[in-house]
Amino acid sequence: MPILETRQVSKRFGGLTAVSDVDLSIEPGEIHCLIGPNGAGKSTLFKLIVGTYPPSGGEIRFRDGDITQAKPFARVQRGMSIKMQAPSVFKELRTRQNLHIALQQKFHRQALVDEEERLLALLDLTAHADKAAGLLSHGQQQWLEIGMALALGPELLLLDEPTAGMSPEETFKTGELIKGLNATGMTVLVVEHDMAFIRQIAQRVTVLHLGKVFARGAIDEIVNDPGVIEIYLGKGHGREH
Amino acid sequence: MLRTLKLVNGQQTTGNGKGFWLCFLAVLAAALVYPAFADSYDVGNFCYFLIWVFMALGLSLMWGYGGMLSFGQTFFFGIAGYSYGVLAINFGGGSLTWLALVLAVGIAMVAAIVLGYFMIWGRVGGVFFGIVTLSATLVLAFFLGQTAGPEWRIGPARLNGFNGMKGMDPLTLTWGDEDIFFEGTLLYYLVVALIVLVYLGLRILVNSRFGNVVVAVREDPQRAELLGYDVRKYQLATFAIGSGLAGLSGVLYTSWGQFITPSSVGLPAAAMPIVWVAFSGRSDLTATLVGSFLLLFGFQTLTIYSQQLALVLMGALLLATVMLAPQGFVIGLARLIGRQLGALRAKGRTDGALPDAPAREA
Repeated sequence: MPILETRQVSKRFGGLTAVSDVDLSIEPGEIHCLIGPNGAGKSTLFKLIVGTYPPSGGEIRFRDGDITQAKPFARVQRGMSIKMQAPSVFKELRTRQNLHIALQQKFHRQALVDEEERLLALLDLTAHADKAAGLLSHGQQQWLEIGMALALGPELLLLDEPTAGMSPEETFKTGELIKGLNATGMTVLVVEHDMAFIRQIAQRVTVLHLGKVFARGAIDEIVNDPGVIEIYLGKGHGREH
Repeated sequence: MLRTLKLVNGQQTTGNGKGFWLCFLAVLAAALVYPAFADSYDVGNFCYFLIWVFMALGLSLMWGYGGMLSFGQTFFFGIAGYSYGVLAINFGGGSLTWLALVLAVGIAMVAAIVLGYFMIWGRVGGVFFGIVTLSATLVLAFFLGQTAGPEWRIGPARLNGFNGMKGMDPLTLTWGDEDIFFEGTLLYYLVVALIVLVYLGLRILVNSRFGNVVVAVREDPQRAELLGYDVRKYQLATFAIGSGLAGLSGVLYTSWGQFITPSSVGLPAAAMPIVWVAFSGRSDLTATLVGSFLLLFGFQTLTIYSQQLALVLMGALLLATVMLAPQGFVIGLARLIGRQLGALRAKGRTDGALPDAPAREA
C-alpha cells in the first residue's frame, strides 16, 4: 500500500491549469524523485501535497487517510516532514535553537539534548551550534533545514530542491545523507532538476510536463527515455547533459 | 516543579547569571523597604507607575516575543477596568471585589480571544494587526464617551460618559466585621507582589516549550507550521495572555483611583505602551520592566511642569528609538554593559594566566 498517493489531483489558478489530474504513488521505503522542466508543475504539486495550496480537484491520501483538506501542520503531525525550496530557518535564533524547536515535538529532557548533539554532528554544524542561523552559509542553512525536518522523525521526508545553491561537493554530500536516511527505512520524495543529483539518489522517478505525468519508472529507464530527453532539453540535444 | 522553576533562566531572557539575580533581589529589597522611608503620596505615585507595568509586559510578550504589534492594550485595559467597576458596585464591595478582579481580567481575556480569533484565523497580520486593534480601541473610547445618559447603567453602576465611572470600592478584604481596603501602602505591596509573580511567570513562559514556539512563529510562521505547530493557537494564546495583563493593569488602576474614564482608553493612552516597550526593548521582559517604570516616572515628573512637554518628549523618544536603537535603548545599554563586563572578565583571566604560562612550559 502506498504511503502517499495523489488521485486525479488538479490545481487551477484562474484560467491556468498548473497541475492536471496527477496520479502519484509513493511506496514505503523508496526514494522517489519528481522531475520536469521549468513550469512543469513540480513545485505546485509539492505545495498541494504539503498543504500550502488547496487542490482544485482530486484527492490526496497519506498513510491511508484522506489529507486533501488538512492544514500543513496536521500533515506534519501525521508523519510528514517538509523542506521547502528556499532555505527557511529561524535566522535570528541560534542553530542549536532551530533544531531544539523542531526536536521538542518528539523529545524531552536529556533525550532532546542528546538528539540535538547527534543532529548537529550529522549535519556537520557542531562548530556553528551557537551561531545565529542567519549567519550560516547557504548550504549550511539548507542542511539545517533538512535537520529540522529530520528532527520530527518523519515517515515521509519531502524535499523541494534540497541542493539549490549548493556547491558540487555539498550536493554530493546531501545525496549521501539522503541515501543514508533511506537506508534506515525513511521514505523520501524529492523535487529536483539536477540530473546528476537525481542519478545519485533516485530509485523511482516521475516526470511532469505541462502539469501532467509524462513518464514514470526506474531512474535508468527515465534518463534514457527519448521523450524525456526531448522535453527536458528540446529537440536536437544529446541524451546526456 | 523544580524543572519548571529552572526555566526562569533561558535563551529568551537576558540576565541569567548570579550577578543578575543578586541585583534583582537588591531591587526587590529596596522596593519592599521603600514605604518605610517615603511619604504616602510618593508610595501612591510609585504604585501608580507600577500598575502600568503589567500592560507593558503583556505588550512585550505579544510584540517582542510573538511579533504581533497590538495597539489594543488600552482596549483591554478599559474593558477590564470598567468591568471591575460594574462588578464591584453590583457586588456591593467587600471581599467580592477579588472575584470582580478575577472576572474582569477574565472578561478582558475572553474579549481578546474573540477579537484575536477573527484576526488570527482571518490571517490579519503585520501592520493590519495594529490597525484593527487600534480601531477597536478608538471605537471603545468613542462608545464610552457617549454613555453620559442615565440609561447607560448596569444595575446601580453608571458609566457616566466622559466624566467616567466612579464609586466602586477598592480591592477589599473583609476580616470579621472589619473591611481592609487595599489602598496606599497595602496596594503598593500587592502590586509589587503581583509584578514579581507576573515577571517570573512570564520568564518561565518564554523560556518554555510554548515560548520557543512563540518566538519561532515571530521569526517565520510558515516554517513553524511546517514543524507541526498550529501557529494560530499559539498566537491566540499569546494575544490572550498579553491582553489579560493589560486587563490586570485596568483593574488595579480602577481600584487605585476608584474611577475610570474613557480618556484612559483613547488614542494618546493607547500610544503610550508602544513608546514604553519600544524604548525599553520589546524583545526582553527585564528591559521592558525597567524601561517602562523609568519612562512612567519621568513622564509623571515632567507632567507636573507641562503635560504638553511630556507628550512631545514621548514622541521624540519614539522617533529616537526607531532611528537610533530599533531594538530599544534599555536592552541596548544592558547588552553593552554585559559585553564590557565580559571583556573585563576575559582580560582578568588572561592577566591572571600569564604568570602561570612559564611554569607550565617548565
